Amino acid sequence: MLNVSVYRYHPEQDQKPYMQDFQVDTGGKDLMVLDVLFLLKEQDSTLTFRRSCREGVCGSDGMSINGVNGLACITPLSDCVKNGKLVLRPLPALPVIRDLVIDMDQFYQNYERIKPFLQNDKPAPAIERLQSPEERAKLDGLYECILCACCSTACPSFWWNPDKFVGPSGLLQAYRFLADSRDTATEERLAELDDPFSVFRCHGIMNCVNVCPKGLNPTKAIGHIRNMLLSRGT
Amino acid sequence: MSETLRKMSFEAIVIGGGGAGMRAALQLTESGLKTACITKVFPTRSHTVSAQGGITCAIASHDPNDDWRWHMYDTVKGSDYIGDQDAIEYMCSVGPQAVFELDHMGLPFSRFENGRIYQRPFGGQSKEFGEGGQAARTCAAADRTGHALLHALYQGNLKGGTTFLNEWYAVDLVENDDGDVVGVVAICIETGETVYIEAKATVLATGGAGRIYQSTTNAHINTGDGIGMALRMGLPAQDMEMWQFHPTGIAGAGTLVTEGCRGEGGYLINKDGERFMERYAPNAKDLAGRDVVARSMVMEILEGRGCGEKGDHVFLKLDHLGEEVLESRLPGICELSRTFAHADPVVEPIPVVPTCHYMMGGLPTNIGGQVLYPESESESRVVEGLYACGEVACVSVHGANRLGGNSLLDLVVFGRACGLQIEKSMSEGFESKAATQANLDKAMARLHKLNSSEGGESISAVREELQKIMQLYFGVFREGESMQKGLQLLRDLKSKIDNLHLRDKSGAFNTDRIEALELQNLFEVAFATAVAAEERKESRGAHARNDFTERDDENWLKHSIYYPQDERVGKRDVNFKPATLDAFPPKVRTY
Amino acid sequence: MVRAVTSFGRSGLYDWLMQRVSAVVLTLYTVFIVAYILANPQLTYAQWSGLFDITAMRIFSLMALLSLGAHVWIGLWSVSTDYIKPMGIRFVFQLLTGAAMFAYTVWGIQLLWGL
Repeated sequence: MLNVSVYRYHPEQDQKPYMQDFQVDTGGKDLMVLDVLFLLKEQDSTLTFRRSCREGVCGSDGMSINGVNGLACITPLSDCVKNGKLVLRPLPALPVIRDLVIDMDQFYQNYERIKPFLQNDKPAPAIERLQSPEERAKLDGLYECILCACCSTACPSFWWNPDKFVGPSGLLQAYRFLADSRDTATEERLAELDDPFSVFRCHGIMNCVNVCPKGLNPTKAIGHIRNMLLSRGT
Repeated sequence: MSETLRKMSFEAIVIGGGGAGMRAALQLTESGLKTACITKVFPTRSHTVSAQGGITCAIASHDPNDDWRWHMYDTVKGSDYIGDQDAIEYMCSVGPQAVFELDHMGLPFSRFENGRIYQRPFGGQSKEFGEGGQAARTCAAADRTGHALLHALYQGNLKGGTTFLNEWYAVDLVENDDGDVVGVVAICIETGETVYIEAKATVLATGGAGRIYQSTTNAHINTGDGIGMALRMGLPAQDMEMWQFHPTGIAGAGTLVTEGCRGEGGYLINKDGERFMERYAPNAKDLAGRDVVARSMVMEILEGRGCGEKGDHVFLKLDHLGEEVLESRLPGICELSRTFAHADPVVEPIPVVPTCHYMMGGLPTNIGGQVLYPESESESRVVEGLYACGEVACVSVHGANRLGGNSLLDLVVFGRACGLQIEKSMSEGFESKAATQANLDKAMARLHKLNSSEGGESISAVREELQKIMQLYFGVFREGESMQKGLQLLRDLKSKIDNLHLRDKSGAFNTDRIEALELQNLFEVAFATAVAAEERKESRGAHARNDFTERDDENWLKHSIYYPQDERVGKRDVNFKPATLDAFPPKVRTY
Repeated sequence: MVRAVTSFGRSGLYDWLMQRVSAVVLTLYTVFIVAYILANPQLTYAQWSGLFDITAMRIFSLMALLSLGAHVWIGLWSVSTDYIKPMGIRFVFQLLTGAAMFAYTVWGIQLLWGL
């Protein structure tokens, strides 16, 4: 039997959130946290969480698992349960809609703010735009982001200034386009980032790197952006 | 019961924010039509994100002499000759343009030394109409092509300024007095508000329904919502018996392992370490059509040569490719295998088993995505105002068996085509009658019934029962008697489906309600599958029967059409009239 | 682009660079002073005052002083934008910090050059 404590909040019924305790029979198996949530939902169908692909590529089920942000579907119990107890809370820093479901609007707005699309001022050729394998390799570790928000919601700078600091996820994507040899809007992109908040609120504490379920390194990407700003400004 | 719903109006709406839906939405937005994309999950959480290996298309990068006609030949052969050749011709010839557009949108394709898009070999690919050996035609972004494609399309839509209604769930289509579709009743999941979203053109891009099976590579959201809505409206569905079982789902977990693994040189072995595909497909071996490989695997398991304690799976061997190739070409697979199979492909094989993957069937459409109502074997009429593209549609380019890499191409080519067709219709001044209150009440009926349920069946229990029935009686191998038994069990289950108990009646983010509505759609799909499967008395493509082991071109070189009103299966002619070349006549299909 | 009119250089890059450069100056100054004290265990007032009569030392000290002013300003400004959410209180805090740093700097210059 596994003891699971889950954050519950229903905006139409609850004055304030509370923790609800469940007992789950895992059958001795090393289930993923998402499987445990399905078992809980069988006990109480009102329990609410997002899920889709169940294999760590869609980014729906980011949550705080025993205090650490991660994806429920690829976090096995053996990796997170301590003293037979599992505590599940919504990702921090963003408003809770219900139970484990958060309102991600701010997170998405920050993503949109960095203009996350390829910009090229030359007319498109009849075939693809050529790119050498070396140029393409620069996008590895950047394009794989699944927008799960585990990183940004683990970042104190994002907690304090979610509307001003782009956050690790958005900045990773900003660099994904800065690093793309097919993108020609480098100057405009950098100009948009050169203020005291957007990039420079990153103090390099690397919480983002610690929690990224895809093993990406936003801190490093932010460093690259800073270097680009530096060589542009000096 | 009658109530006034809030109304939102658009010229065109797209239901579904996956690859097909977002490609259609992009086309519509760029054409200047007032468009909304309605999606039950944030767009980048759609199932397209899970596609791995690539998008097959003759862009002549790996082989400068590659020809879309060869791709067309492969696709026709792969479909076991019930793919419509005009549609396949369109897809293969327009494909390169659609793929280049993706590159211009920013999709980070892997590259060859000369800077062109990387292409890898996939199953069922050939040169020179099957005479020139294995081709490498699948354009890839490592093994995350679907992810890269979906994000690129979302980014393209952000750039274009598409309106998204994220986390809105489409309940049922609204049909006016003329039988035209004039929008949809949808729930804003966050608040629970029900709204009538009015549109002159409604595009279904709701994807597949792999969740009718217990073991599937499909996401939890793949519940056949589009098919369910159409069937409830009385529209027929085509080739619903054709379900692809992907040879390599991770045993136990069901997560997909791309065919690209075998394209890069991996192969399947049985418990004796034998590369058994050499026996079943001497030429193409592990890169035979998916139906052929899946059946061969099941044969090995049934004949006692399966691996593991229970002998219930086989192994996919990759370690001989070396760590460098695996980490650069198949990094996502290494990650998935370590997580879900506890096997590191660099040093040990991955346990795999055929797993439900793709619905070849769907709503019959023409090349412009207009949904058709087949009235006889040779005649169909257009259902005005309703379009479909992607997995929910059956154009049909996949026939009885889809080739790997063709689904992503299907999405972008026909998503785009749908947009173009709507643009054309609208410029010709298409108008439809406004919905009456009675029309809206009809579309609200199912939701009302569920919302007023006082007791009844548990949603998760009924879903599990449905999935078990489908897994047991409508799997890789099928047989008349057992299918009839399965069909009877489904008929018995119908009363439970109609009597689901919605415990949670609240508004905000009520997933209980959404799951109940989804379950009803799953049932519609499952039932259509079962009826059509029992009816098609032959073996073709993915539909393999132990009691009718041969392909029967005399009687069944046809699409099956499931008519929901009388639960009857009719037939429809396959198109053998491509516009620019002679049709490929049916041949014995060997690899 | 986020507008920030009360920050030190009104550019993220400028502030960031200034923070680092001033930190380097302060580190060097600290190391020098500590080393000097350790090297002169019987330090007398005359010796100490003599050190600060050297022009180079005065320039070095002034650099350290200005660095301290900039460093504190940028640092506390950041802290105020992180933790103080009510605009009024934040502005007053920033005003006081600015005034204090200005006062300390002027006072320091007076001490160094003994005007």
